[in-house]
Amino acid sequence: MNVAYLYSLIAVVVLGLIAYAGVEAAGLDVFFGVIIPYLALIVFLIGFANKILDWTKSAVPFKIPTTGGQQKSLSWIRQNKFDSPYTTGQVVVRMILEILLFRSLFRNSRVGFGKGQHIAYKWVVWLWLFAILFHYSFFVVVLRHLRFFAEPVPFFVNFLEKIDGMLQILLPNLFLSGVLLLGGALLLLLRRVLLPKMAYISRPADYFPLFLIIGIAVTGLMMRYLDKVDVVRVKELTMGLATLQPGIPEGGISGLFYVHLFFVSILVAYIPFSKLMHMGGVFLSPTRNQANNTRAKRHVNPWNYPVKTHTYEEYEDEFRDKMKEAGLPVEKE
Amino acid sequence: MNDKNKIIAGLVIFFLAVLFPFWFNLIFGAADASTAPETELTDKAKKAETCIAETEDMRTEHMQILDQWRDTVVRDGQRTYVAEDGKEYEPSLSNTCMDCHSNKEKFCDRCHNYASVDPYCWDCHTYPEETE
Repeated sequence: MNVAYLYSLIAVVVLGLIAYAGVEAAGLDVFFGVIIPYLALIVFLIGFANKILDWTKSAVPFKIPTTGGQQKSLSWIRQNKFDSPYTTGQVVVRMILEILLFRSLFRNSRVGFGKGQHIAYKWVVWLWLFAILFHYSFFVVVLRHLRFFAEPVPFFVNFLEKIDGMLQILLPNLFLSGVLLLGGALLLLLRRVLLPKMAYISRPADYFPLFLIIGIAVTGLMMRYLDKVDVVRVKELTMGLATLQPGIPEGGISGLFYVHLFFVSILVAYIPFSKLMHMGGVFLSPTRNQANNTRAKRHVNPWNYPVKTHTYEEYEDEFRDKMKEAGLPVEKE
Repeated sequence: MNDKNKIIAGLVIFFLAVLFPFWFNLIFGAADASTAPETELTDKAKKAETCIAETEDMRTEHMQILDQWRDTVVRDGQRTYVAEDGKEYEPSLSNTCMDCHSNKEKFCDRCHNYASVDPYCWDCHTYPEETE
């Protein structure tokens, strides 16, 4: 048994129970429905800005792009533009591909013995596959939730719902992204739990966001397909939040909704202080956002102090007379 | 450093995206968007007083009842539905539901539009033309 994921799982379950009991038993609807979400948003905005500005201040002592191809060289050697970018434009393309397609995960390989005693490198695509499944379905789910936070509902949300629900199975209509989000998060979790090397390097901080997101997905799916909540009342509450006129709708909403909302609030507030900050950090990673052009442009380390130098010309100026007296050759007369 | 401005510009764009609901509703939103639209009951619906289940249940479960009805009628040919209170109904959207709730625009559509639900009932079913 691995205590790292046990702690995280227990933490998430306890948080869920707190929200459920808080609303169902203690009647803290306003606390969990209004105060906590606003607090979470404020913590997120301040924390996120703080982190980014902190990173902005940090020095970049070296030019350290990690490259995966031929750098710009002689004119008859073809440069690999997006794996070893030379200009800012090429860096931008590389960043876009990295952020939208996760190319560095796609390149993942595993070392092992091939035939006999030969070292072999095997392409392993699973992490990339799970990651892209997870991130894109999460993105779609977040965008779809705009139907609760905007009135009138923007056209792209309707469009997304049409595509997401195109299978027309179940009622309420099954949204593929919700199922894929749960599936992707579970696969990422299983990867950490089942692979011994992954389990060895995984800490509670790795498991906690996964369990939290699984909790969000499970409660979300439950509210839609199983123990259904009244979606119109949910929208009344969320629109109250979005228009800064918060309130708890008449008749109340079941505790399950508040568990979902509490999980989301925790996730949002947790982002700036955790590994989830990679959503901002990926833009600032020096191994990706620098051009591989050190041979053409000098990169000056910002914390280099001014070095005192005494060049030969200065030396000669200082001692020219004495050098001439001693019969030493001088460059300038 | 010259990157500072770029990073702050990116941060501002990100925050604008995150805060989309706040400025979107301020600019384009209706005044009382945090209260759900009222559904109107026809005289016939008012007179009947109860639907085929409790109002609370109907609010969350009506789509599943309809889904169930579709399957039992189309696949099993079963044309009676016994409600929880023992009353019998004909499982039919057009003939049973819309007999009372004949005002689709003021009953069905109001909540569906508010919650951005686009049911495909009316891909096949026709509904009575509403008169002014």
